[in-house]
Amino acid sequence: MSTSEQHSPADAQGNHNWVDVQNSPDFRELRRRLRSFVFPMAGLFLAWYLLYVLLADYAHGFMSTKVFGNINVGLILGLLQFVSTFVITTLYVRHANKNLDPKAEKLRNELEGGHA
Amino acid sequence: MNGNPLLNIGIFAIFVAATLVVVIRASRNTKTAADYLAAGRSFTGPQNGVAIAGDYLSAASFLGIAGAIALNGYDGFLYSIGFLVAWLVALLLVAELLRNTGKYTMGDVLSFRMRQRPVRAAAATSTMAVSFFYLLAQMAGAGGLVALLLNITGKGGQAIVIAVVGALMIAYVLIGGMKGTTWVQIIKAVLLIIGAGVMTIWVLGKFGLNLSGLLGSAVENAPKAGEKLLGPGLQYGATGTSKLDFLSLALALVLGTAGLPHILMRFYTVPTAKEARRSVVWAIWLIGLFYLFTLVLGYGAAALVGPDKIRSAPGGANSAAPLLAEALGGPLLLGLIAAVAFATILAVVAGLTITASASFAHDIYANIIKKGEAEDKDAEVKVARRTAIVIGIVSILGGIAANGQNIAFLVALAFAVAASANLPTILYSLFWKRFNTSGALWSIYGGLAVTITLIVLSPAVSGKPTSMFKNVDFALFPLSNPGIVSIPVAFILGYIGTVLSKENDKEKYAEMEVRALTGVGAEKAVSH
Repeated sequence: MSTSEQHSPADAQGNHNWVDVQNSPDFRELRRRLRSFVFPMAGLFLAWYLLYVLLADYAHGFMSTKVFGNINVGLILGLLQFVSTFVITTLYVRHANKNLDPKAEKLRNELEGGHA
Repeated sequence: MNGNPLLNIGIFAIFVAATLVVVIRASRNTKTAADYLAAGRSFTGPQNGVAIAGDYLSAASFLGIAGAIALNGYDGFLYSIGFLVAWLVALLLVAELLRNTGKYTMGDVLSFRMRQRPVRAAAATSTMAVSFFYLLAQMAGAGGLVALLLNITGKGGQAIVIAVVGALMIAYVLIGGMKGTTWVQIIKAVLLIIGAGVMTIWVLGKFGLNLSGLLGSAVENAPKAGEKLLGPGLQYGATGTSKLDFLSLALALVLGTAGLPHILMRFYTVPTAKEARRSVVWAIWLIGLFYLFTLVLGYGAAALVGPDKIRSAPGGANSAAPLLAEALGGPLLLGLIAAVAFATILAVVAGLTITASASFAHDIYANIIKKGEAEDKDAEVKVARRTAIVIGIVSILGGIAANGQNIAFLVALAFAVAASANLPTILYSLFWKRFNTSGALWSIYGGLAVTITLIVLSPAVSGKPTSMFKNVDFALFPLSNPGIVSIPVAFILGYIGTVLSKENDKEKYAEMEVRALTGVGAEKAVSH
């Protein structure tokens, strides 16, 4: 299907060959660490949000069940959406600080250092 | 309402004077395009996070949600959950990668590996469309708020106030650029969150810090809704169509935020991707906290003011929060909250105006008309300033025309357009290797066309007593919100458009991906 497979080597100005960088083990590891966190997490919170919306939309009786005092299931699940948002935010920041930033910084220094 | 209009105007005038001083001071260092359009990329993450909250918490979310909870109970709360959860899309998938691959606008990111001129034109078109609908909503909201707070009930008087709001907004944007506008957002966000926080504690204090007691009192005070106030379904539960409408709205809310151009542009005002991340984290905490406040304020208004009094007030549902302020702290608190609400509208319209003008100046003028070879960068700023004036005037006229229209509908429209025309292209562009110019054009123009067509054919526009045109009926599409159809369609169009074209620049994608993830070569802060 593709007709344009030509590879241009690093050009005269000494620019990077980005495809090589993209295929380097370090970069692939960085991308894996990013995607293996954000994709499942995005799927998870969207599914949980959708479940909540569907319950609120189609399960009025269940959502209106009182748990204690005037606090019902719907209010608790709604507040849990707030909690899960805060938790996912915190988890992502920890993951990024610990697993993404050092790797990204290392690659950036290599790339920028080489052609300062 | 017994509020004193002079007191309200006085407090608002103090806010305007104080922010103008800040804006003028901030403008001293504004020289280059990066200064004017991206505040020199000099804001810290926390500062920018507060500004994002300021940009995001519009009058619709303050007055609108509090009012919706007061009258429709739990269904109003659902809005705030959608508005908050949506930030995870921005945090996980968009903010940092966008910061690393663009300079000022969404068009920068798309044009990275595609044919510049067509995708920039498309990105600018959808940016302007979203900004315009959002601006209309805010300006129309200003008219309603005036009716409520200053006791100006004539359309002529309201038109004058809309014009004053528009003129102030133009002044902020022209003088302060992005830096000045950002400071206005920060000041407004702090005032809004403190104001809502004080009222929340006050309300809870009246009920002995007992949320259950507050809810019980709200139910007692709303005999018509009764217990239903606490469960879902009061507003959207009536029929199968209205339930589907709610699902559609929920989708547009959660996917629209990360496609709102004035939010995307805020990721460029910080020096690095890490700061962009910190700003979103701050924004999420502040916005989440604020929506928890509105839950208490909404039920508080039902309990302490009562739905009948809210319904019969000049602004209807929108008057719930101001009426609650009056019930708690008398005319002074009413004046303060009124001024904060005004400030909210002013700050949001300023943020939208600078975004739309930046997109015109950067995407259309500098990169399409001048083909990226503008002789001097000052020209870009000059064009941005002129565009801001034009947009300001158009939105004043549009706001006067839209005065009295349903604000929530206009805001939902902006979110639906953002979710359909912008988000699919952004996500494809950042994550899908094969994506190309044709796919971007199909997705943006297709998403835009489908969304707007469905809106025009919806009951929000014609055929119902609540429609824009009551006396004709061309509502062929049953839902008021098109998201459930238009968002999947835009994703599918992006896919079809892509596979129909052979264009596939692997090298450029490699460069973009490496830059996006590592931040190599991303524009740094400008030091003065």
